[in-house]
Amino acid sequence: MGFGTGDEIATTRVALADKAVAPFPVKIGGSAFDAQQFLSAVASHTAPDVIYLDRQLIGTYAARGTLEPLENCIAGQHIDMDQYRPAAVAEVTLNGKVYGLPESYDNRVLVVNNGAVRSVGLRPSDINPADRTALSRVTATLTEHASDGDVSRIGFDPKMPEFFPLWAKASGVQMLSDDGLRANLDDPRLVKVLEYTVGLIDQQGGWGSVKAFRDSFDFFGAKNPLMRDQLAAYPVDDWYLNVLGNVSPNVDMTVMPFTDTAGKPVDWATGSTWAIPAGSRHKDQACTWIKTMTDAPTWIAAAKVRAAKRRAQGKVFTGVFTGNKVADKTIFSDLVKLADKPAFDTAVRTVLEVQDSAFSMPASPAGSEFKSAWQDAVNRVLSGQQKPTEALAQAQQEAQLAIDNAVRRQ
Amino acid sequence: MSTVLPEQGSRIRSWVTGFRRRETLAAYGFLSPWIIGFLVFMAAPMIASLVLSLTDYDALRPANFVGMSNYQQLLLDPKVRVSLANTLIYTVMMVPGTMVIALALALLLAKVGRRSVGFFRTVFYLPVVTPKVAVGVLFLLLFNGQVGLINSALSLVGIHGPQWSTDPLWVKPGLVLMHLWAVGGTVVIYLAALKNVPRDLYEAATIDGASAWQRFRRVTLPMISGALFFTFIVETIAGLQTFDEAYAAFYGSAASATYSSDAALFYLIYLFQQAFQFLHLGYASAMAWLLFIVIIVITAIQVRLSRRFVYYEGR
Repeated sequence: MGFGTGDEIATTRVALADKAVAPFPVKIGGSAFDAQQFLSAVASHTAPDVIYLDRQLIGTYAARGTLEPLENCIAGQHIDMDQYRPAAVAEVTLNGKVYGLPESYDNRVLVVNNGAVRSVGLRPSDINPADRTALSRVTATLTEHASDGDVSRIGFDPKMPEFFPLWAKASGVQMLSDDGLRANLDDPRLVKVLEYTVGLIDQQGGWGSVKAFRDSFDFFGAKNPLMRDQLAAYPVDDWYLNVLGNVSPNVDMTVMPFTDTAGKPVDWATGSTWAIPAGSRHKDQACTWIKTMTDAPTWIAAAKVRAAKRRAQGKVFTGVFTGNKVADKTIFSDLVKLADKPAFDTAVRTVLEVQDSAFSMPASPAGSEFKSAWQDAVNRVLSGQQKPTEALAQAQQEAQLAIDNAVRRQ
Repeated sequence: MSTVLPEQGSRIRSWVTGFRRRETLAAYGFLSPWIIGFLVFMAAPMIASLVLSLTDYDALRPANFVGMSNYQQLLLDPKVRVSLANTLIYTVMMVPGTMVIALALALLLAKVGRRSVGFFRTVFYLPVVTPKVAVGVLFLLLFNGQVGLINSALSLVGIHGPQWSTDPLWVKPGLVLMHLWAVGGTVVIYLAALKNVPRDLYEAATIDGASAWQRFRRVTLPMISGALFFTFIVETIAGLQTFDEAYAAFYGSAASATYSSDAALFYLIYLFQQAFQFLHLGYASAMAWLLFIVIIVITAIQVRLSRRFVYYEGR
């Protein structure tokens, strides 16, 4: 449940995983994870054998006893947990128990539209998150407005609210304690972060204008905002590099690490995971299946298929960023050849480099409520409904209450 | 020993005798699909939800009795207040808007010829059968502050339109405008009511020298007040239960939910989030009962007020 076989990466791996449990029949759910559908299945004792979901949801379901701890699976099938990236494993670990095998590994890096930056006499290196004052100044320089006052180019998009945890970490703030039990959303330093990032949007015309302009972008087509010069710089998920490689292989961009105020790279890693519901009736087969899906040879086989496909289409293959570092090592050393595409070569190297500095949000028994609390707070500030201090105080109250209630029921 | 009053006893005997009659049994037989459906799909879930509202329940573990604490939490939860206020404001804007636009369209339809009325009635009704999810998605395209069709049209007459989908002040008016697209159902009801107004009342009023406005005010409105009252009640309940369009536009996908502001947080959306996003089914049940009480109270006030304004023939 929660997984679709939409591309060659999925179909190749599913074929190998199915083979590993053959002749046991496997049926793929086909659509995104749906909490309502999952609850109905669990309540009617027809839980699927395997679910695929956002790693940030694992704590919520694990705390309710809905997921099978994978200790027996890991030990029984000799799964090498060291092959997975530590930040991803931390995200699926609650109270010392592992509840999922990491699948994807989404990193955040900074993308600069070289043409836009040079058009105002700046260099890509002038986009520097370490120097917040300079970044504000550069943002003002890069932003353009049409004659009617509407935004016609976003100078720097801080990607709020979704990248708030990245900005927080880059400012030395941990939004949730390592054990996932203490929210830290009313930290005065976090208030400053919110003031600063919302200020970046306000100086470009305000949330309404920036969001409306952003909503008009064709992010996944050849007329994407970098090609149309609608966006000068922004932090972005690494998978977007694959999109650009596919639709705009000649894009003139620079990819750099996002940094903290001391200039040290910071990467917020998220992604999806495979888990086994406690009600699964075929736990051994489920374990074998998810082990194979996340195993290095499986990822490498799928990457080979995609690389060949891209080559046949005359397109760029920028690799697959997986939660399995052993797989990544082979994929990026043997299959990704970008000598003739220096922009993408630098981009891929940057992503690989920042992975070492990645952090993840700790698993929490109220992970879903926690995420909703800070996201809603940022949105209230963006839309002018509340001031940062007030919004984050409310978020802290909501998040901590949800965590305390979840712990009480554990 | 229990005693039964003579009058009450005869009434019971009469009921029992009546029940023995074949036609009474047949009537209940025909009614039974509805009765069974009501008991299984309405009464039982309502009772279950009332019981669940007194528990801490997540559908994954057994329910834990917590007494009235869910109801106490309702009073303290700022989002309950916000979502309830959003819902009431939306309803207050949407109901009169729907009734006025629908009545205006019905009056126009009543004046067109018999052949074309069928065509226009179908045209007005078509949006009603459009899936509400599609309408919600369409909202974001039409009401985009920069490239949306609405603001593009406004710019032709020199108006710089608002940020309909992000400005908290304009989110609800935008959703109301979107809802007005589907007034066809109400138009059809009003059209039927207008057709039933006796012509001789208009003739008498005209002979007495009544102007067009006076005929509308003194003849049409009182004569269709029953239909107006019916749609007033139905639209109010629909407004208080609004969900689909706003959910599809602002919460329907992970991407849209990321940017959703409290301005579009309607009561049923918050209830849905509590139930299926945070797995607080007990709390969500308490929310459902609060909404039920709000609807009952508002409907009771409307019914009470209707005695002064609604004209029923034969009374």
